Amino acid sequence: MDPWRTAADIAGEVVSGRSTAVAVIEATLQRIKQHDHALNAFTALTPERALAKARAVDLDLRAGKSAGPLAGVPFAVKNLIDVAGLATLAGSRINRGRPPAELDSPLITRLEAAGAVLVGALNMGEYAYDFTGENAHYGASRNPHELGLMAGGSSGGSGAAVAGDLVPLALGSDTNGSIRVPASFCGLFGLKPTYGRLSRARSFPFVASFDHLGPLARSSLDLALAYDAMQGYDASDPVCVDRPIEPAVPGLEHGMGGLRVAVAGGYFRRGLSPAAQEAVARVAADLGAADEVELPEAGRARAAAYVITAAEAAALHLDRLRRGAADFDPAVRDRLIAGAMLPAAFIVKAQKFRRWYREQVLKLFANLDAIVAPATPFAAPRLGQQTVQLDGAEVPLRPNIGIFTQPISFVGLPVVVVPVPLQPLPIGVQIVVPPWREDVALRIAYGLEKHGVALAPRPPR
Amino acid sequence: MREAKDWPLDAFIEAAAAALALPVEPAWRPQIRAHLQVTWRLGQEVAEFDLPDELEPAPVFET
Repeated sequence: MDPWRTAADIAGEVVSGRSTAVAVIEATLQRIKQHDHALNAFTALTPERALAKARAVDLDLRAGKSAGPLAGVPFAVKNLIDVAGLATLAGSRINRGRPPAELDSPLITRLEAAGAVLVGALNMGEYAYDFTGENAHYGASRNPHELGLMAGGSSGGSGAAVAGDLVPLALGSDTNGSIRVPASFCGLFGLKPTYGRLSRARSFPFVASFDHLGPLARSSLDLALAYDAMQGYDASDPVCVDRPIEPAVPGLEHGMGGLRVAVAGGYFRRGLSPAAQEAVARVAADLGAADEVELPEAGRARAAAYVITAAEAAALHLDRLRRGAADFDPAVRDRLIAGAMLPAAFIVKAQKFRRWYREQVLKLFANLDAIVAPATPFAAPRLGQQTVQLDGAEVPLRPNIGIFTQPISFVGLPVVVVPVPLQPLPIGVQIVVPPWREDVALRIAYGLEKHGVALAPRPPR
Repeated sequence: MREAKDWPLDAFIEAAAAALALPVEPAWRPQIRAHLQVTWRLGQEVAEFDLPDELEPAPVFET
């Protein structure tokens, strides 16, 4: 059995009877057992549940019922997403003391309604305050392209599991770039939808102003299939917007003709590694994006996102810090304590600035369908690496990983990251679109994949 | 407003930690100080941007 199959391939085989959901899940569990010790992607497996669901899928198919577009497709979720029966760790040791979740996240319920099969929960940076995939309690998620490299964070287990052949589909969360960074470092497709599109109910929060959930996959079609299955209003998330389901799959093959695409200039052209420059150039060339567009005050937008993040995360964890600060990952603890000491005036001003910046960015989309921007300034760094060379200067690594993702999620815009298969490592490019036009970003990703410009490269074993 | 690096940040951290009832081990202080300095600088960068008094903040992004 070839494990580098996409979710769509697997569902096709299961529905056509060439395979069964039980066979797929048994092979998946076996593969995880064999390879996860190297990747450190999973923190919990749900084999009994997975096999029971797989049997139900097979029974439905044998009875002539529709099993859904993701029939028999294994998936896993970042461990800040509730899985009934598991404590929702959010990458922390502290949350081990929480009672097991009583219910699944609605996104799990919706994926399972489409036939997908949950196989476990995934490693992540503590409380999602991370871009590296490192974790003091559970160890780092490792990059399948080279085990000594960062998988990216905070959805590091999601990146490692999908790029490492363990599952074809995973859910992550993205507050400042936590889906897009692992997608870039691990060479995957990742979707951060519009703020308010997908329900965040029954997931552990980080920064309420910017939290999003979304999928990572090895093809744009898989990303679209998962996204379509998860859409729909959910009253249990007060941020979820009551909009009709707007499926992206039917439009994937409409092509890219007529789309007005520009490349993000100014801020997004500075501090790029040669790999990031090359990746953006390849995508721009394929899309015929000759013009540059400037997102006004993008650097200040990143600053405002940074400040709001520090303050909201500190507020969320203040009592836990008082009760047991030593139980946190030190890298997270020290930032949270600093965040608790910020003046309220900075936070309120940052939220006012956010309104202004949003209006400026939305104006750009009056004449554009999409903006191309780098996802990360560089490809996957080494685990433990502290600094990086950018524009001839040595700068601290961690705060620079998210400089291109933060100004986008700051105003909730939907983004698809496409992997560009450069040597020796892949690197991602962001396709940024107007609110609620995930379909356009996915259509562009699909076109780039068809042209061979975007591809999730298979890591060496 | 003064730069965070120009004023006695250690004293501020000590006072704020006491006021917030946050335990701060001496060994953590250099990193807390470094983070606070960076975040303060970024906060000031936002604070000094001129915006109309009437502009509504955007705690929730809506379209």
